[in-house]
Amino acid sequence: MEFKDKQAIYLQIADYICEQILLNKWPPGERIPSVRDLAATLEVNPNTVMRTYDFLQNKEIIFNKRGIGYYGDESAHEKIMGYRKERFLEAELPDVFRTLYLLNISVEEFNARYIKFISETFPVTT
Amino acid sequence: MVQLDQVSFGYSKHKKLFENLTLHLEAGHIYGLLGKNGAGKSSLLRNIVGLLYPLDGRIRVAEREPAKREPAFLQDVFFIPEEIYLPSVTIEQYLKMLAPFYPKFDEQQFRWDIAELDIPQKNKLTGMSFGQKKKFLIAFALATNTKVLIMDEPTNGLDIPSKSQFRRLVSKALDKERLILISTHQVRDLDNLIDAIIILEDSKILLQHNLDVVTERLCFGTLNNVEFDSRVLYSEPSLRGYKAVFENSEQEESRVDLEQLFNAVMENPARIQKIFSY
Repeated sequence: MEFKDKQAIYLQIADYICEQILLNKWPPGERIPSVRDLAATLEVNPNTVMRTYDFLQNKEIIFNKRGIGYYGDESAHEKIMGYRKERFLEAELPDVFRTLYLLNISVEEFNARYIKFISETFPVTT
Repeated sequence: MVQLDQVSFGYSKHKKLFENLTLHLEAGHIYGLLGKNGAGKSSLLRNIVGLLYPLDGRIRVAEREPAKREPAFLQDVFFIPEEIYLPSVTIEQYLKMLAPFYPKFDEQQFRWDIAELDIPQKNKLTGMSFGQKKKFLIAFALATNTKVLIMDEPTNGLDIPSKSQFRRLVSKALDKERLILISTHQVRDLDNLIDAIIILEDSKILLQHNLDVVTERLCFGTLNNVEFDSRVLYSEPSLRGYKAVFENSEQEESRVDLEQLFNAVMENPARIQKIFSY
């Protein structure tokens, strides 16, 4: 896995796990890899992965069955969306706003681009 | 698991390499030991494994005194020095000779690891390349399952895929009862693998903390301007302003850059000590 420079590793691993769940590679309600296995796969310290699992447990995205392992929560998708939305609005959107301001791009132009992007990228198929 | 109290050491009584060194390391962690050339990293490791004796102070490793070199101590400690010498025997002969000294030796794990590391199985150890010898010894060391595993520059001489395999194997080898201590200059090889750091310089430990604590107190990132920013401990120009290490006054989450951390500690030892003193 390619890690980004800036963000804490345990959060990058959290994003990775959320993505696996959202893509249904690790379907909600099913067992996810153990701390040790995931640490070895990602070549990171198992304590870091443990921190990620604690973090995701706090967000109720995964849960621990004692003695068996970790599982994705049945409603993991909604919870991940909520968590990602919160992170986007707090951490990523301000960067976008900063660039808009620096380049003097109006909200109207931004909005038009946004609508065009959505209609081209996710066309309604009814 | 490893305790040094007020330890002094030097190759002569007049010139001490370190003095009154105190260090407590716990099982369940992978420690990275960093320091400039000649700072005394290898000597410190050799004191811990009982190959050198302190002039003063007390060292306890796995509840024993290393200098006594008791069998009960030796069977629970494995040390890979930077320069290794292996006898002119095959892997099988080496295994027969040395594995019995380690009661927790796991032969299956060993065979699995040498296959994973692409080590030729028929050759004599002396007929292997430097990197292959090193990988062989790393696989053997991991399989001994000793409580304490110490490696001096283990990634020196490893090719690119082997470094990745090394990280995978070491990550797998860590458990709650085991302490792994690695000294290195190749910090990028250990990125994300170590969870605690020890910086040795000028006969002192300048920093010894879990990386969690480091990111609580310090922030690693890019700043537009560093000249008038009193939080900055270290900075270097980069494409987008300055890559900097600064006091984490706003509880930001960032990722430790070991090279920059090392430079920050070298440039500002006094301030670092103050930041980490509470």
